[in-house]
Amino acid sequence: MAGDVARTGVTVVSGAFLGMPAFPEAARAAVHDATLRANLRHATRTIRDKRARAVAELADFPQLRAAGHAVKDHTLRHLDTYLLRLEAAVTAAGGTVHWAADAAEANRIVTELVLATGEREAVKVKSMATQETGLNEALAEAGIRAYETDLAELIVQLGHDRPSHILVPAIHRNRSEIRDIFRAEMGGWGRPAPEGLGDDPRELAEAARLHLREKFLRAKVGISGANFMVAETGTLVVLESEGNGRMCLTLPETLISVVGIEKVVPTFRDLEIFLQTLPRSATAERMNPYTTLWTGTTDGDGPRTFHLVLLDNGRTDTLADDVGRQALRCIRCSACLNVCPVYERAGGHAYGSVYPGPIGAILSPQLRGTASGIDASLPFASTLCGACYEVCPVGIDIPEVLVHLRERIVQGGPVTRAGARVRIRPARGHAAERAAVRAARLLLDRPTALHTAERLLARARRLRHLPGPGRAWTDTRALPAVPAEPFRDWWRREREPQR
Amino acid sequence: MTAHDTSANGAPRMTGRDVVLARIRRALAGAPPAAPVPRDYLRVHADRSPQQCADLLAEHLADYRARVHRTGPDGLPATLTRLLSAARGVLVPDGLPGTWLAAATAAGAVLLADRPEDTPAELDRADAVLTGCALAIAETGTIVLDGGPAQGRRRLTLVPDHHVCVVHAPAQVVDSVPQALERLDPTRPLTWISGPSATSDIELDRVEGVHGPRTLDVVLVWSQ
Repeated sequence: MAGDVARTGVTVVSGAFLGMPAFPEAARAAVHDATLRANLRHATRTIRDKRARAVAELADFPQLRAAGHAVKDHTLRHLDTYLLRLEAAVTAAGGTVHWAADAAEANRIVTELVLATGEREAVKVKSMATQETGLNEALAEAGIRAYETDLAELIVQLGHDRPSHILVPAIHRNRSEIRDIFRAEMGGWGRPAPEGLGDDPRELAEAARLHLREKFLRAKVGISGANFMVAETGTLVVLESEGNGRMCLTLPETLISVVGIEKVVPTFRDLEIFLQTLPRSATAERMNPYTTLWTGTTDGDGPRTFHLVLLDNGRTDTLADDVGRQALRCIRCSACLNVCPVYERAGGHAYGSVYPGPIGAILSPQLRGTASGIDASLPFASTLCGACYEVCPVGIDIPEVLVHLRERIVQGGPVTRAGARVRIRPARGHAAERAAVRAARLLLDRPTALHTAERLLARARRLRHLPGPGRAWTDTRALPAVPAEPFRDWWRREREPQR
Repeated sequence: MTAHDTSANGAPRMTGRDVVLARIRRALAGAPPAAPVPRDYLRVHADRSPQQCADLLAEHLADYRARVHRTGPDGLPATLTRLLSAARGVLVPDGLPGTWLAAATAAGAVLLADRPEDTPAELDRADAVLTGCALAIAETGTIVLDGGPAQGRRRLTLVPDHHVCVVHAPAQVVDSVPQALERLDPTRPLTWISGPSATSDIELDRVEGVHGPRTLDVVLVWSQ
């Protein structure tokens, strides 16, 4: 199957998808994978309608969206202040705060913390931040086995696969594929799948429950991310559905949370906005089944030791971009993925990042820079239809950022990388585009030349395909019809004699 | 963590904290001030009587497959006895009213105290847990536990497969999420529960029952 290349032919190292082809090549394989497209179509359409209903139930959703937008912008504008406030509050509540400038530093901190406990395994709650840093691979190198406990993450981990959706990382797998993975792989990680396991989602969920239960009950170290961190109180918040989050956050003796610095909000009250908009935008529920809020450590309840690792890893570089920084408002709901026509057809893997879909197309090139082929191609992986902006619960104008990043890639210009201001050169792949724009400027400035060009074009109007480098463009697009004679000639013939 | 480490030659070395904070300040130099936060969203989404609020809570809890049982104070013990009749061992947190304990005993269950030294594996032997709550939110169908009296540590309501939770209406029922946050203490560990454990991870279809209690019985007691 063509899609197998896109699914498994890439090694994940330190969060980067090394060897990942640029979006168009990766997407080509995906759109020819009939199973993948059917899985994605079914899943995204299911959730799209449900989300619309859940959002429509709140008459003030536009006001909540505007408030969420403003709270995030305000926090980002004073990010240093709120992070220091958060650090003080977490510390006062018995936690320890660490700061990691990049993925390697975050992984090193977490590895050392786990090794210091004497344990060689940890249970993990689904976390985008640790996916981004490639924490599991870093822990494995240090001899620590990290067990993913979210059902979809478990499917990805057991399937030696990569996530393809922010909320439902195994969205590209259907029930019978999941059954096959469970049957083949569970035994190698612990309790095998039950005899005669079928593909009913209930049975599959039950198999995951049995497989993970022994791991939860003996776990001494839990690793998580967080949806929100409250600066005022030092409270962390995790929203989830299955109860695996509660297991990881409350049963182990040591809890390590790796959280992006943009996840901070100023006050406990601010949660009233996001606890209304996030569940409805994400799983289309009034409220997700479980939300855990904890502040440092509590005597006799939950972990005795709590570490918070604050992760930068390109976020401050993104913050330095006047237009692009709005991507840091993202609360990872994935509503933009579910409505995106490109995502629905290309799937998550083609985006070559743990952040797929429209938000990934603006987040990955900013977090990682645009040096690689995949990152330079991501801002172009969109039709600019604007559906993503419409559903975004924090009002990120994704099309605006896409166009901004396209301009940056084609023309080059100043960016911030690892905290330093640098100037990137115009991307090579866009030479034809730049040449076309230069030619257009030349012609539009010279009426005689333009007239000659128009006449030549009219003579070549039967052409269906452009010659040379233009061929790729016309392989998939119809050329606009060229009139038989230029407008100027028609005007001169029809109108001028009457004057 | 100290703010500054010292490298071998005695010069101060930037820590991750210094690096990140310096980058933030550089990134924001010259950034325009942020707009004020508009708080014109609703505190409550409808004008409801306490009775209507309790009705909405029941409806929304049931939507997500919690089993809701409505009764008055007099009917509470019999309801609890009935719900716990299949349980052999029932975990009981500190502060549970005597009538609830008596109701569980009448169901034939062995009462298991909340002991800090118990391992999660030992808790796993209990069939059910009986608790109260801090409050409940009608608009979202949510019960909130804060570790207060009759609720116990968080793991108690997590490991057993059956959770029976008593909610007193109208005293413990609020309309909305904003009202709930006003009444909660962020320094306490909080667990928000909206229906039993569920997942949408297979084809984005919701399936109830993964790691948390697969059966959630909410006893809504009306007393005024």
